[in-house]
Amino acid sequence: MKKLIYILLCVALFSSGVALAQKPDRTTPPALSKAKNLQLPPIQRFSLSNGLPVILMEKHTVPLVQINLLIQTGSFDDPAGKEGLSNFAMDLLDEGAGAFSSLQLADEIEFLGANISTYSGSFASGINCAASSAKIEATLKLMTDIALNPTFAENEIERIRKNRLNGLLQNYDEPNIISRRAFDRLLYDKSTPYGRFPNEASIKTYSKDDLTAFHKTHFVTGNSTLIIVGDVTQQSITPVLEKYFGSFPKGQATTAVKPVPQQVKGRQIYIVDKPGAAQSVIRIGRIGVPRNAPDQDNIEVMNTILGGSFASRLNTNLRETHGYSYGAGSAFSFWKIPGPFIASSSVQTDVTGPALGEFFVEFKKIRQPLPDADLTRGKNYEALGYAGNFETSRDIASALVDLVLYQLPDNYFNTYVEKILAVNKKGVEAAAKKYIVPENMLIVIVGDKAKIEAGVQKLNLGKITYLTIEDILGKKPEL
Amino acid sequence: MKITLTIIFNALCCISAAAQEINVPYEQFTLPNGLNVILHKDNTIPRATVNVWYHVGSGSEKPKRTGFAHLFEHILFEGSQHVPEGKFDEWLEAAGANNNGSTTEDRTNYYEDIPSNALDLALFLESDRMGFLLPSLNAGTVDGQRDVVKNERRQSYENRPYGKANLELPALLYPQDHPYSWPVIGSMEDLSAASYQDVVDFFTTYYAPGNASLCIAGDIDLVETRKAIEKWFSDVPAGKPVPKVDPPTPSLATEKRQVMEDNVQLPRLMMVWLTPPAYHPGSAELDLISSLLTRGKNSRLYKRLVYELQIAQSVSSFSDNKKFASEFYIIATARQGVTLSQLEKAIQEEIDKLKNENPEKRELDRIINQFESGFISQLESSGNKADQLNQYYYYTGNPDYFNEDFQRYRAVNGNDISSATRQYLKDDARVVMSIVPTGKTELAAQK
Repeated sequence: MKKLIYILLCVALFSSGVALAQKPDRTTPPALSKAKNLQLPPIQRFSLSNGLPVILMEKHTVPLVQINLLIQTGSFDDPAGKEGLSNFAMDLLDEGAGAFSSLQLADEIEFLGANISTYSGSFASGINCAASSAKIEATLKLMTDIALNPTFAENEIERIRKNRLNGLLQNYDEPNIISRRAFDRLLYDKSTPYGRFPNEASIKTYSKDDLTAFHKTHFVTGNSTLIIVGDVTQQSITPVLEKYFGSFPKGQATTAVKPVPQQVKGRQIYIVDKPGAAQSVIRIGRIGVPRNAPDQDNIEVMNTILGGSFASRLNTNLRETHGYSYGAGSAFSFWKIPGPFIASSSVQTDVTGPALGEFFVEFKKIRQPLPDADLTRGKNYEALGYAGNFETSRDIASALVDLVLYQLPDNYFNTYVEKILAVNKKGVEAAAKKYIVPENMLIVIVGDKAKIEAGVQKLNLGKITYLTIEDILGKKPEL
Repeated sequence: MKITLTIIFNALCCISAAAQEINVPYEQFTLPNGLNVILHKDNTIPRATVNVWYHVGSGSEKPKRTGFAHLFEHILFEGSQHVPEGKFDEWLEAAGANNNGSTTEDRTNYYEDIPSNALDLALFLESDRMGFLLPSLNAGTVDGQRDVVKNERRQSYENRPYGKANLELPALLYPQDHPYSWPVIGSMEDLSAASYQDVVDFFTTYYAPGNASLCIAGDIDLVETRKAIEKWFSDVPAGKPVPKVDPPTPSLATEKRQVMEDNVQLPRLMMVWLTPPAYHPGSAELDLISSLLTRGKNSRLYKRLVYELQIAQSVSSFSDNKKFASEFYIIATARQGVTLSQLEKAIQEEIDKLKNENPEKRELDRIINQFESGFISQLESSGNKADQLNQYYYYTGNPDYFNEDFQRYRAVNGNDISSATRQYLKDDARVVMSIVPTGKTELAAQK
């Protein structure tokens, strides 16, 4: 009853207020006031007595702490024949550690209301932990068990192995996974780690010794960093870190030499047959540049205009103008080595040819002189949207992981906006000409060959090679 | 000179650890045209979220026009009287903003995540499409988005393994005339039939300010923001009262068993029950039951099917909580060589166990502790808070229902869990769907 009266009262007040309210001018969009600058709290760096580096950013908005242990290794370090090993090993870390079995460990973590998860990507692996600041010590105790004393029990290894093999089988159903695997394989080739992925044979080789060796090699101070964001201070957290991570083994980083990938020559077209598919998954691309390339800012703005946002040219063309797709876009992956540039979309089967043609229309167009409005939008979208990456402790921690991984300067985040706003037309146009080369592109289409073949041929883009799903994923595993 | 805001990440919401209180302070008022407004200040970063809920979803659709509410959501991004087609996104992106929308059975929401200096732009755009959509609309706009939505349907359901089952479940769960008896995405046939006039009627009927709620959360000045809202929405005409949807409470009279063949490698079992509406008695118990069954390695179904027996590749469960009725799902994918009958038997045994024995306190506490962390961590994001404030307002009438919501879960004891399992997860009132690889119907769950 009280609430109802309150609302009625407001209405009364506002009826009189509105008479004074300025009528909106809808003839032009309202001008923006000055954007506030992003100025993050200081990045605090220190080391534990064993030399383990720590990066801390305080954030006291909610009583939570994010603690990420970054281990600088990933699938690109997996030896040939053991593809997927780092991922498998990281997954097994929390399947029993210290005095706890897999189930006990999970129970303890969840009872604290905490979350501890492990991951492994291409270059980086790690243990990510989110906890209430009141329970930080109990949570860290469990985290260090996982980091330092994993059991790697045989029964857990076999259980997860079975899960992996069934997962392989499920990949045959997933057009996006097939497309990604095919693209990586054809772009980078099996001879490099970037073109290989876990397979039945490799999954069947992982042994307890492999896991123990992985752990011993990579979990050393010279290869690891603790990243902490949240409701703690250096003073409050240091003794706790010393207690639990003080015994983290000293050691030097081992960096495997990474082969330099070979650029795509000419136009190579592959159709991977998936009979009955309602859409075709298209991926088009070539090898791009590594992180920290001198023209990375120009590339980012250029890609935003081409396919990096909703209003980008690729999405406007394929989705809004032609209605071929629910969405289309493009991205550069800035890795330690040159990662791929990929433009992609899922398009309806019967317009696969025309949709593919429109990608090339946009590739040619992005190489033409750039209108001012596009440049402004591209720059502003990148620069003014940047603060959104720093809202939660988890967001900030993953930004700090990048800082370590790619050796970025500590003022990187606070100067990023200014840097992007300084990008000019000449630089963006040059990036388009240099990196979007329509004559040298790998094209992979996963779709219903019988229905899409003629449309793709009609474009005369080049020679088409036909593949089966098994050509990419291998024979279906026998379980 | 640039305005530099030095961020000091300081506490902005009230969480008293001792009392377990979770509150999100807000201001609420109603404009003369009926628009409800909720404001929450959080200046952690120089950004804000403008979040609008229209209280209309696929549950308000007419038969033969299914998918319309969602198609309409798409049309709302195509411009309005003072915003030419394409400019909605272009202008927001040029300001460093992101935006999107979504449609459920009950509501349609729209949001802009903006740098805080772009508030006027977002309010201009939202008010223009609320008040002045029709003058810019034409048949071409409708056709264009019809194609996009059909591709969304292909991408999200038809070209996705097991996706087609979700299109068939509503009709199995609800009587033919119930507004939840068709999928939100609609049928291809109905999408083709939607006309320009349908769009006009739908807008006129449902997109009135009195049927909407605007929530702004983030780096805002409360007084200035209120003034800006009064300005931008002052010329949005009040609409007519919205027709009420009030369907009878649905229930299943029997167990329905369905077998579907799909282009998949591993068979999947879906068990679905009809349960009480969102925030009604029984709803909190079912959310907890879902967690007891499948959240974490010690959850009963995960532990039994995935960890111990190793007959399932994955198992999940959830409550889809809605205004007129909710749905409780258990979904399990079999390992190769395992039949869905084997999965069903093990799942049934675990459900029966929960019916017959109260769970231990520690097991329940473990789940509650996880819920509590979830409540606290969502307070880190203004976007989450804005959507949640609007959600609580719609379903409970109280935007800051955070603490009450959490207390609902804390109040549940082991006996409540067993009795809710008996009451709602009945063996003779549910849909059991088997999705099997094409040609392998022998893998389906047999009665």
